[in-house]
Amino acid sequence: MTMAPAAPVRTDEPPSVAPVRRSRFRRHLPAWLFLAPALLLFAVFKFVPMFRAVEMSFHEVRPYLGDRFVGLDNYREVLTNPSFTDAIGHTIVLAVGQTVGSLVLGFALALLLEGSSRGLWFVRTAVFLPTVAAMAVVAELWRILYYPAGDGAINSILGWVGVGPSQFLNDAGSSLWSVMGVGIWRGAPYDMMIFLAGLAGVDRTLYEAAAADGAGPLRRLWHVTIPALRPVLTILLTLAAIRGLRVFTEIFLLTNGGPNGASEVVMTLVYKLGLERNELGIASAGSVLLLLATVVLTVAVQVARRRGEQR
Amino acid sequence: MSRRNAGARLDTALGWGAAPGPVAFAARVLLYLVLVAVFSGPLIALLVSAFGPVTDPTRLTLIPRGLTLDNFAAAIDRDVLRYLANSFIVVGCGLLLQILVSVSAAYALARKRFPGLQLVMLLILSTLMLPEEILAIPLSLVLADVPILHVNLIGTLAGMIVPVGAWAFSILVMTEFMKEIPAELEEAARLDGAGDLRIFWSVVLPLCRPALGVIGIFGFTMIWDQYMLPLLVADDAAQFTLPLALRTLRSDDQVGLGVLLAAALLALLPSVLAFLALQRQFMRGLTSGAIKG
Repeated sequence: MTMAPAAPVRTDEPPSVAPVRRSRFRRHLPAWLFLAPALLLFAVFKFVPMFRAVEMSFHEVRPYLGDRFVGLDNYREVLTNPSFTDAIGHTIVLAVGQTVGSLVLGFALALLLEGSSRGLWFVRTAVFLPTVAAMAVVAELWRILYYPAGDGAINSILGWVGVGPSQFLNDAGSSLWSVMGVGIWRGAPYDMMIFLAGLAGVDRTLYEAAAADGAGPLRRLWHVTIPALRPVLTILLTLAAIRGLRVFTEIFLLTNGGPNGASEVVMTLVYKLGLERNELGIASAGSVLLLLATVVLTVAVQVARRRGEQR
Repeated sequence: MSRRNAGARLDTALGWGAAPGPVAFAARVLLYLVLVAVFSGPLIALLVSAFGPVTDPTRLTLIPRGLTLDNFAAAIDRDVLRYLANSFIVVGCGLLLQILVSVSAAYALARKRFPGLQLVMLLILSTLMLPEEILAIPLSLVLADVPILHVNLIGTLAGMIVPVGAWAFSILVMTEFMKEIPAELEEAARLDGAGDLRIFWSVVLPLCRPALGVIGIFGFTMIWDQYMLPLLVADDAAQFTLPLALRTLRSDDQVGLGVLLAAALLALLPSVLAFLALQRQFMRGLTSGAIKG
């Protein structure tokens, strides 16, 4: 057996050690070359920023003067400063509200729009459009819809059912909920599509068997449909929760945290601290905490799923 | 195989039959009309209002009261064409880079076995958990002084293009797809003396056309939707993408709502049209990305 350097022959038992190392490197070189652009971009734009975020979160970042190590001070600041703790609270409320809202509404939509007729396909497409639209467009559109006077679009509709004009984004009591509404409006159709894909995989004979046993639609839903959708549900839960934690654009464009910080979330605060007030260390600590929350959430959902499957 | 012996066939979870009675049919049509109105009504209102004479800043309209292109003319006066061009440059170059990078990485991950394969896969997968907004602050520092090259990408369109090349979703979709290609094809080409590059280009890639459609449409909507990255990179209005410019157009007191509507419509249409044209691919990507996880 000859070992031509670039021969694509796969040998399981190479004859001696020295040529092996060389040929192994040569053999795997093409793979690494094909990977090189991706590895380079991921390293520079994903992993370097991640390491810098962790590094900066332990430092007081001072341009030109050199960074000063401050231990956990930045984290202490983030967890005790009222503007940050408020923002953390708003982030959690928004993430939970948007996640639950879009899941429930998305599931309802999927049930109502399940089927294979052409008309339904059209309705599904029309319902899905908000998810395709760029967030910036959606935000500007809803600013107009939420116009706080009595003749604003949503207020006019509220007027038909006799509910007084709401200030929506301009009022501290309603701004966060108004943003949440936009998030659900845009998120529910996405969840609907994933649920529809899950529903398509449910064994039809189970429905028929359940019906033959005398189960009505509600009991079929509870005992057949929802258990079959469990894997889809875990994935949607993770995706939606991450989506909720990282919320930035809609807050930035709809309220910019206002009025009076009533809708400030961690990401908008991090943006303001980092880019407007140059508090890079504290901003990084906020980012790292958000990142940890994301990881913990993802892992927790996966563990819960494993356990659910074992049962 | 339908089992008709157990009574009615149940095609859906709710058990709604394909042929409802007249009342049930009417009720269902009404329900669907409401759903369409709630979800695409606002977008249709944007479309109609952008072509209407806008004097009333509070209200979008669904019924056109006369067609006019005035809003678009005013928007062009406000440099909207430049923002649009910026957006197209960013999405065009960014998407091309993303596809090239993903396809090339996927070829190695799907068709090669080498030590470190698992680790590379894990690293790429882990970035799916790494939302780009969260890393915005350090990313802006990296962009101001790119490691090794020491160039400053702030204030350049390149700063919005290069980072979108790294997107784990398209690498994963592409890898899954390439794994399905039978090894015999590749071996036959190898016997004919083709090298890796040639096999990649003339054997594997042509077979990947459906998957290219998937990552193309997803990459397009994702890059078009980008907000944080252009916000970090743009130094002044000369580099604004259209979504970024909307905020400035809105806060410009001298122009009315009509300009914002026209610009918003222009920012809305490309992604919606791309979605409508490539719906099937979009749905395939949605399910392969989410269900397989």
